[in-house]
Amino acid sequence: MSHFPVLSLLILLPLVGTAFILTIRGDAEAVARNTRSVALWTSLIEFVVSLYLWINFDPATASFQFVERREWMPGLGISYHLGVDGISMMFVLLTTLLTPVCVLASWESITQRVREYMVAFLVMESLMIGMFAALDIVVFYVFFEGVLIPMFLIIGVWGGPRRVYAAFKFFLYTLLGSVLMLLAILAMYFDAGTADMQTLMAHGFPVQMQSWLWLAFFASFAVKVPMWPVHTWLPDAHVEAPTAGSVILAGVLLKFGGYGFLRFSLPMFPDATVAFAPLIFALSIVAVIYTSFVALAQDDMKKLIAYSSVAHMGFVTAGTFSLTVQGIEGAIYQMLSHGIVSAALFLIVGVVYDRMHSREIETYGGLVHRMPVYAFVFMLFMLASVGMPGTSGFVGEFLVLLGTFQVNTWVSMLAATGVILGACYMLYLYRRVIFGKLTKSELADIADLSPREMAVFAPLVVLVVVMGVYPPPFLEVMHTSVANLIDQVTQAKLASMPLSMAGR
Amino acid sequence: MNSFNYIELVRPALPEIFLALAVMALLMLGVFQKSGTEAAAADSARLVTGLSVVTLVLAVFLVGVDARGRDEAFCGMFVTDPFAVFWKILVLIGAALTLVMSGDYLVRKGLARFEYSILVLFATLGMMMMISANDLIALYLGLEMQSLSLYVIAAFQRDDARSSEAGLKYFVLGAVASGMLLYGSSLIYGFSGTTNFNDLAELFYAGQAQPPSIGVIVGLVFILSGLAFKVSAVPFHMWTPDVYEGAPTPVAAFFAAAPKLAAVALLVRVMIGPFGDLLPQWQQIIVFISIASMILGAFAAVNQRNIKRLMAYSSIGNVGYALIGLAAGDETGVRGVLIYMAIYLFMTLGTFACILAMKRGDRMVEEISDLAGLGKTHPMMALALAIFMFSLSGIPPLAGFFGKLYVFLAAIEAKLYALAVIGVLSSVVAAFYYIRVVKVAYFDDPVQPLDTPVNRSIGVVLVLTATIVLFFFAYPGPILTGAAAAAASLFGG
Repeated sequence: MSHFPVLSLLILLPLVGTAFILTIRGDAEAVARNTRSVALWTSLIEFVVSLYLWINFDPATASFQFVERREWMPGLGISYHLGVDGISMMFVLLTTLLTPVCVLASWESITQRVREYMVAFLVMESLMIGMFAALDIVVFYVFFEGVLIPMFLIIGVWGGPRRVYAAFKFFLYTLLGSVLMLLAILAMYFDAGTADMQTLMAHGFPVQMQSWLWLAFFASFAVKVPMWPVHTWLPDAHVEAPTAGSVILAGVLLKFGGYGFLRFSLPMFPDATVAFAPLIFALSIVAVIYTSFVALAQDDMKKLIAYSSVAHMGFVTAGTFSLTVQGIEGAIYQMLSHGIVSAALFLIVGVVYDRMHSREIETYGGLVHRMPVYAFVFMLFMLASVGMPGTSGFVGEFLVLLGTFQVNTWVSMLAATGVILGACYMLYLYRRVIFGKLTKSELADIADLSPREMAVFAPLVVLVVVMGVYPPPFLEVMHTSVANLIDQVTQAKLASMPLSMAGR
Repeated sequence: MNSFNYIELVRPALPEIFLALAVMALLMLGVFQKSGTEAAAADSARLVTGLSVVTLVLAVFLVGVDARGRDEAFCGMFVTDPFAVFWKILVLIGAALTLVMSGDYLVRKGLARFEYSILVLFATLGMMMMISANDLIALYLGLEMQSLSLYVIAAFQRDDARSSEAGLKYFVLGAVASGMLLYGSSLIYGFSGTTNFNDLAELFYAGQAQPPSIGVIVGLVFILSGLAFKVSAVPFHMWTPDVYEGAPTPVAAFFAAAPKLAAVALLVRVMIGPFGDLLPQWQQIIVFISIASMILGAFAAVNQRNIKRLMAYSSIGNVGYALIGLAAGDETGVRGVLIYMAIYLFMTLGTFACILAMKRGDRMVEEISDLAGLGKTHPMMALALAIFMFSLSGIPPLAGFFGKLYVFLAAIEAKLYALAVIGVLSSVVAAFYYIRVVKVAYFDDPVQPLDTPVNRSIGVVLVLTATIVLFFFAYPGPILTGAAAAAASLFGG
């Protein structure tokens, strides 16, 4: 299959932008200005190029498309192998959508070391796309881990007062999970004799080995998702990261874990997946209910949204391991929706933070009187986060509940309480920040959204509504791939029936 | 009858012979130069250093050009094969880069003497002999030639108590290690009747009915202890931090690079060559040494304030990782060791280039906290330092990750799961202190900036090593295929 190597182009483009930025010369002001424009244009072109993927994507097949393959490490059979299917394609688009948003959102709030900042974001975009597009397990790991470096720097250099602590916690937590996955990858490589992911999916690992491999991958993905009880790095990282850092972290980095479950744990270790599903359900339910209560008690807006992320990702893991079409499609949809909604919510916090330099809920109140547009945008995303019908959040949560209901009614019921709790903490937050009388004198002349900020929110607003009102275009592309994924799991399950499921 | 062709006879050792002759010529040149005043001494030192670098580069070519299959000389005492070629090239590069970046430091400290380069060259010659040793006697000769030169340059700053202490400590402990090695060799000789590696390999061939006698095992343990000292593996590591801290910085850079590589090469050759089929006997020891080195290297470095001491513990830990490959004891394992050490060479030289660039006014500084705010004051140097630190902690896509990948690959293949798990976990602990350096450089505000113009020769080394470490992933072919061929040559024979 010879065609235009669009995935490599997507990986390389941000690096080309980086190279441009590094050659900019002049005084500090000019460098900062030019850097911003180069970064914005690079990420916009990148987004346009990525649309090519969606337009030319063939939703009728479950096999990988836009495949590229080149020999990389001689003698080992490890190759630079890229391709996307219905599951990964949407995540690539999510990445390319959020990066220009991040660049635009940092336009005025970042004044220190602008060049390094934009370089970090562009390099990260390149790594994230590579992660979603990788079809070789070693290549996947390289991209997966590589993201740690720019994110560590973004939190540590441009973060808040406790940035060093947060950056270290983020780095070491995720590294600890990933190194175990690396060993599992090597063990798989030896058992199957290849690092090619498609071959590994069809390989059929021995049941005993599957459990160990599954646990090693779980160690990595659970930290990324993050699942309770290894979620504690997330509130710290989110609170300390600059606004755009939080956006990427919540929007894309958290999806690494969910995507990893779908790409590795389910198709490669089906027996272990079935065996461990109750564990995942339990942890997801705890995440949904417990972190919702924690969110209710927060005084810090960013922390509240961070905890709500953990709760929402609980839906994702529960849906994924329901192993039903609705559950998995719901999980993917929820991830996309959460990518947009939580990104937008962090941006919303960023807007007032830029004006008042405080994330405390106490600082605000009655903003609707001064900032009507802001209040409207906030309301929309608040409702999307709650899962209001007509917004993207509803579709994802509804599908997940539908999927889990078929497997385990209790899980479904308990997860549904999370929706109610979500409404509690989000509405409570909204009331305290937006409504009431504008009594605080320092808020008296706070300005509404600037045109630049509106431009940041516009695409997200449109998407949230479109995804909520008319989901077919988004569900269509993933449908065949998801059905195929479920086939892979159930077939393997049937094959090993006499061993593991004879008792049923 | 053909007339006896002497050139053919010594041909395998041609690079070593060239180097030996060149060193002697340079020694003469240095001696007869005027060196009455400080300036004249510095001039002659600069001349000799320049010529030494040229000599090393020529030696790299000689080694590379002459790379044929396996070849022996001097009645089987000396062997050259792709394995030796691979290591020799690395050692020569290490020595050359060290010389390139030492000049400025030595002048600044008033240590610019031509003897420095001469000693480095003699040590390098010893290393090349070690790498090519095919006999216990040859091994000892090479090792001592290297060690004696190193003892002297460790104490090169003789007016400084710490440097003298470093030299003395290194000498006393090194002598004990050499003694153990010699004693082990004599035991081996006594129980087997030969010192030649080929004969030993035949004698201990795995197909034999009777297990090796206890005397051989004891001798092997003694040899292993002696070599473990040279590679600074736990529990024979105690000298490392003190010597690295006390010795002049370029000397510490040299210690961390070339001699370490040569010692690892020797260790691999001795263990896999003559004693390869005794793997069940020594595997446990290597596994223990490896685990102990990784753990100590990770935990002891956490509290270090001095960056040279930090690098000393880092080098201990890195040897632990390299030894994972040796513990596997097969071709994959040896390939892992080769790749790991090749990448380690560039990472460690680069880091030391950064350390050598740390000066404030006339003073060299070496506390980690002195790097505060480097990201603002020296963006390029900070970037290079960050690349080395992330690479040392094994984060892809930097080169250090691939080194770790290959040794862990070997460990998993050899089913050394416990070793692999301990290895990756200690690498997370080690990551903590590496990224702490990045934190100081990027997150902290500059207190008192370091001098801005980085010396040009140090800058060259920095750019070169950083480029190799950063872009290794894009073109890994040469090192990977070279290492594969080298590892195969050790098992083919």
